[in-house]
Amino acid sequence: MARFLARRLGGSALVLLGLSVVTFLLARVIPSNPAALYIGPRARPEDIARVTQALGLDQPLPIQYLTYLRGVLSGDWGTSIGTKRPVLEEILGRLPASLELIVVAMLIAIPLGIGLGVLSARWRGRGSDLLFRVISIVGVSMPAFWLALLLQIVFFRQLDLLPLTGRVDADLRFTAPITSLTGFFLVDSLISGNLTGFVDAARHIVLPAVTLAAYPAGLIARMTRSSMLEVLDQDYIRTARAFGLRGRLIANQLALRNAMPPVLTVIGLTLAYALTGTFFVEIVFNWPGLGTFAVRSLLNVDYPAIMGITLIGAAGYVLINLAVDLGQAWLDPRVRLT
Amino acid sequence: MTDAVVIAGRSGWRTRWRAVLRMDPLALAGLVVVAGLAVVALLGPAIAPYPDQGTGTANVAEAMQAPGPGHLLGTDQLGRDVLSRIIVGARNALGVSLAVVGLAIAIGVPLGAIAGYRRGAIDAVIMRATDLALAFPPLLLAMAIVAALGPGLEHAALALAISWWPWYARLARAAAVSLRERPFVEAARAIGVSDRRIIIRHVIPNSLSPIIVQATVDIGTVILAAGSLAFIGLGARAPQADWGLMVAEGRTVILDQWWIPTFPGLAIFVSVLAFNLVGDGLRDRFDPRRRR
Repeated sequence: MARFLARRLGGSALVLLGLSVVTFLLARVIPSNPAALYIGPRARPEDIARVTQALGLDQPLPIQYLTYLRGVLSGDWGTSIGTKRPVLEEILGRLPASLELIVVAMLIAIPLGIGLGVLSARWRGRGSDLLFRVISIVGVSMPAFWLALLLQIVFFRQLDLLPLTGRVDADLRFTAPITSLTGFFLVDSLISGNLTGFVDAARHIVLPAVTLAAYPAGLIARMTRSSMLEVLDQDYIRTARAFGLRGRLIANQLALRNAMPPVLTVIGLTLAYALTGTFFVEIVFNWPGLGTFAVRSLLNVDYPAIMGITLIGAAGYVLINLAVDLGQAWLDPRVRLT
Repeated sequence: MTDAVVIAGRSGWRTRWRAVLRMDPLALAGLVVVAGLAVVALLGPAIAPYPDQGTGTANVAEAMQAPGPGHLLGTDQLGRDVLSRIIVGARNALGVSLAVVGLAIAIGVPLGAIAGYRRGAIDAVIMRATDLALAFPPLLLAMAIVAALGPGLEHAALALAISWWPWYARLARAAAVSLRERPFVEAARAIGVSDRRIIIRHVIPNSLSPIIVQATVDIGTVILAAGSLAFIGLGARAPQADWGLMVAEGRTVILDQWWIPTFPGLAIFVSVLAFNLVGDGLRDRFDPRRRR
């Protein structure tokens, strides 16, 4: 296991290095004049020359890359053109809001997806199987930004049950402010015993989390169903059935664990989807996370910010893949040997 | 993404298509919608109730009218008929999607076939490149490319194709790896047919069925992706009739003029759903592991 871990870690480090090259090339080679972008539309030629020199853009590309890499490793990710603050600070400040949203969404999506998939497989061919299949395919076909708007119409406009946008009510600051410990409002408010704050944060996160969960839940349900069907067809299950074990016992105890590896892969994929899916959800719900910052940076060609966001997103994906591989190795000893 | 490789004989296509139609009501429903979408995309402005509004001409006097007899799906903030804009937008949606998937196949399949057939160093290089492209979370690479190139429909399509081809390279490689050991390919090699010719004449044509299945699903997925890019302002630009852009434009009035963003979003959803249903049906037929 130690060797497996070492090899996978080494592989991930290499991928990250490759990603940093791609990100660097995207930001430095495609825009015709990064220095002009940096100063803004009213830049004078002498300003551009000065900034070009200050940013090291007059150096050969490999040197520029090494400078960039050294900066990334030492925590200097450049300064956002839009906010004039350090990119890393911007990203780390907004990350908890996005992570909280993603975690809650996955807490909805994983049990829902696996549950739908298992039931659908157990009731293969029946009406309820068809219904669950339709639900899961609807989940993967629904544009997140559109679902978000529909939920707003129904739960805010029509039923007046849930808030329209934001992470907490604006006046919560005065009535029951949440002291930031982890950056996760739900956790922080619970730790400090701030029940009003918790309820408010929970009410705000429902719609964005459900929106973000729709695609992952659908995809997980589809994969669980097909993986379960494959396992349920195998001899040992037939034997168990011949011995008179009940269907639910077979599904839950014998089949599910062996059906899990492909499901785990898909959970990893959907987590990666959520990393960018949250961009669209955050925009609609005005969620103060990485997504709103990312979209603003993308639209304003804030290339230091874009490089930072691309890198952190890709690094997150690499970590997720690593975690999935380790999970596979834990579930299935054969994986460790290959 | 399935790695399963199914080699369909050409003669098997027609019977299998017939089987698809007979078997799965969901896939059939999807197929009907896809066909309808294709017709709408082909005819475009010709069948729109207000063709000039569909393509962008404002009609402010009738702004923000609710759905009714004159305008079945209502009008937007500039008084343009929403239905006409959706009909005209179908061409963009389908056209961009076909272009992206086509380009991704044109790049990915030859590369994958070469990698899988030749193996060795060239295989390693091509597959490491695909690993790298697939190491970005979905859409993130495309978004970064569009941001660098500048927003616009063509740039969005190009960016999506650049981030999509590795999937096809992987599929084609998996097929080529198994095909290179098959007797008819070995026979071709034995009589001295060049690698290039073997790849073009034997490897690629015989690895098409998993690729076609994937492409069917991907056309839907790309409609969704292009719509998403347009929604955040990285895709089509006003006054183009683009579904994602229409949702974005209507977002600000969602609580009062709900129809403006709702119907274009519905168009995206129904199209993606239809392609997913057809893709599922095809996959169930062509992948023996999932044929049940």
